[in-house]
Formats: sequence, structure tokens, C-alpha cells
Amino acid sequence: MQIFEYNGSALVAMVGKNCFAIASDRRLGVQLQTIATDFQRISKIHDRLFFGLSGLATDAQTLYQRLVFRHKLYQLREERDMKPETFANLVSAILYEKRFGPYFCQPVIAGLGDEDKPFICTMDSIGAKELAKDFVVAGTASESLYGACESMFKEDMEPEELFETVSQALLSSVDRDCLSGWGGHVYVVTPTEVKERILKGRMD
Amino acid sequence: MSNSVIEVPPKGGFSFDLCKRNEMLAKKGVNPPSFRKTGTTIVGLVFQDGVILGADTRATEGPIVCDKNCEKIHYMAPNIYCCGAGTAADTEAVTDMVSSQLQLHRYHTGRESRVVTALTLLKRHLFNYQGYVSAALVLGGVDVTGPHLHTIYPHGSTDTLPFATMGSGSLAAMAVFESKYKEGLTRNEGIELVTEAICSGIFNDLGSGSNVDVCVITKGGKEYLRNHLQPNPRTYTNSKGYSFPKKTEVLLTKIIPLKEKVEIIEGGDAMEE
Repeated sequence: MQIFEYNGSALVAMVGKNCFAIASDRRLGVQLQTIATDFQRISKIHDRLFFGLSGLATDAQTLYQRLVFRHKLYQLREERDMKPETFANLVSAILYEKRFGPYFCQPVIAGLGDEDKPFICTMDSIGAKELAKDFVVAGTASESLYGACESMFKEDMEPEELFETVSQALLSSVDRDCLSGWGGHVYVVTPTEVKERILKGRMD
Repeated sequence: MSNSVIEVPPKGGFSFDLCKRNEMLAKKGVNPPSFRKTGTTIVGLVFQDGVILGADTRATEGPIVCDKNCEKIHYMAPNIYCCGAGTAADTEAVTDMVSSQLQLHRYHTGRESRVVTALTLLKRHLFNYQGYVSAALVLGGVDVTGPHLHTIYPHGSTDTLPFATMGSGSLAAMAVFESKYKEGLTRNEGIELVTEAICSGIFNDLGSGSNVDVCVITKGGKEYLRNHLQPNPRTYTNSKGYSFPKKTEVLLTKIIPLKEKVEIIEGGDAMEE
């Protein structure tokens, strides 16, 4: 039994024109049994930085708490929010620290950096950063997500079109994965607002 | 007095506190995840004015390509660069760490870094972890003593060579080097040879692919040719792209307007002691 397939998850983040979208599925399972259909995988660090954790849910929760703690300390010391690139380095360092006994999580980080430039990044469970200019995926549905995003992605999409593309890519990929699904949770972030939407998907 | 354990942030290095739990899971039949590897073809050669390093740009996660254009040539010092193969997190962490140590050393000594310094720092770290930090590196640079090229294996052994290849595509690249390398190559001949070796890895090795990165280091400076050659462009894109006439069904929408950050500029009063 693979540890990443214990809870099941699907995460995707995509870059648009001065905006980004981050989306996840909503299922929490224990192997083949579904125990929750409204599980939150994406969390807000600050208004312009969101991150999602796929993989083992217990490690995801622990890691989330540690990162929020470190960010709050940073806010107290520096009196400002962390830049997305800095946050990605922090997550990478925390994961690499546990190189020989890792957290079983794969984070997806998405934020708006300086001059409202969108930043997305994913890592493997020991902190190897992958910075992409178009999209990043994580979770049990990642192989389908790679294929869906590769074909549906376009450069410089406006927020509404970006939402549509991310939703279609997510829903079509989780439909091909038993361990993720039960709807979708999409955040589209622009410099002026954050739009959070819950999608209706197949309930199987 | 009660024995309270305050959790302070660790001073650095690895932390092993999840190892017991992971071992317990392994005994119950839970397989550990696979880490992102860089598959890779990395090469280096010494030419008449310095050193040329080359690398492909594919990162793999098992059989899936997770990054089609990653950077495998890492900065160590203004005159030293290092290509990394093996587990991606290990190569990145080890090169970043030694790069910082070299910077501190430069501040301490007031001199330009030497390639052998980087070499010793890297091999000591890797030997210390007995090969568990799985990083295979090709280190090259030009310092006051001249151009140097070294290979470093995950267990900590090193070789000093005029031309070197590492990674899963190393045999394909070495075949090209062994037949075409000669001493005293010019800059253009060197770049062409390195590109040919990397292309040989890209086309013949499944773990390497995408584009060719080249880095030329001479006494005068360095030239990082990112994506010097792109032999695998994406030719099948549909110019119209996907359009979705039927909208996704939304159950709930929540819009949170972001507040404008107000900057308070003080009148510049000095702080009272």
C-alpha cells in the first residue's frame, strides 16, 4: 500500500494574467472508504499567498500548523507578509530537514509576488522545488492532471477564463481517479479580490 | 521544578524525529514514496580558456516527467558552477549549502574562491552521510590556479578529469566525448561538443530530455546559456486552444475583496531612548 494513496488528494495551481488559481478536490478517505466530503486542502497564509498540501492528511495538518507558526513569527519580526518565493524556500527547508524521515506531503504554493506577478511552485516530499511558469499539480490524480493541464492551458488567461480552465482540468482528472473527487474547491486570486468557489462534481 | 521541554527551532542539519514512525509504517507494509530524481545527463570539459559545463533539463518522478525545463547547473561562486544528478532535493540542498559556505569563506579570506575548496566541502559532506545524500555532481570552475573540472560521487569519492559525464545518460554522453575530445579546444568547438554530448543523452536516455543548458566559465567571467538548444519544441499545440461553452456548475461563490494596504509615513521623529 502506497502511503500517498492512503487519503487521496488532487491539487492544481495555474498562472493567469496578473492572477493565479489554486484548486483541490474535497474528498478525505481512509483507503477505499470516504470519511469526509468537505475536506479543506488549501489554506491561506496571507491575502496574497495560498498553499495546498496533498498526501497523508495527518502530516498535511501538522505541516500546515508549523508553517503558519513560522509565518506568524516572521510577521512579528519583519512587520510584513512573506513573499511567495521566500515562503517556498521556507517550506523546502522544513521538508529537507526531515530528509531521512520525511513528512508524506507534497505542497503546492501559489501567490502574488512583487508587482502582482503570479508565482506557483510545487515540491516533492523532501523539498525539491519545481518552479513552473504555467501550472503545477500534486496528489493521487497528478498523472491525469498533467495531461489535462498540458492540453487545456493557455498563456495569459483572464480570471474568469482561468477559473473555467482550472475547474475543467480538475474535474476531468479526478473523474479518472478513485481516491479523489466529490467536488472541487477553487480559489482565484487577483490583486484586488479573492474568489472562492465550490464546484459540483461527481459524487462517486 | 517540572521538566518542560520547550520546542526551539533547530540550529540546522537533519532532524530524525519522524524516523521511528516511518519505520513502523514500513513494517506495516506501507511503502515510502519515491523522490523526484533528475534522471539526467550532465557533462563538463576543459577547453583552452576554461571550463564548459552542460546539462539537460528534464526532472522525473518515477516514470512521469514532472518538470520539462528545470535548472541543473547550480551557482556555487562567481567563478564556480556545479551540475547535479541524483535526488533533486539533495543536489539543490547540498549545492546551496556549499555555496553559502563559500560566500562566508570569501568574506573571511578576502579572496576569490578556489574550486578545490568547493570540492573538499562537498566531498566531506557527502562522505559524512555515507552515500545517503544521493547527489552526483560535476564541479567546474576557473580560479587563480587555472581551470579545474571534478566529478563527485554520492559516497564522497572524487575524480579530477579533463572531461567528465554523470547521470543516467552518462554513457551516451561519454561515447561522444571519447571519440571527439581533444586538448586545446576553442570556445565554439567546446560548446558544440558539449551540446552534442547532451543531445546524445537526451535522445538515447529515457531519464534525460528537453533542452540543453550550457555554462562557459573563463578567467574573464562566466556565460550561462540557459536553453542554449531546444531540440524538442512543442509542435502540436492547437492555436485556438480549448474553449468551454458549457460552464462548470458552481455550488457556492465567496468573494473577499482585498483591502488596500495603507502606508503610514511617520514625520521622521527619532526614537526616544
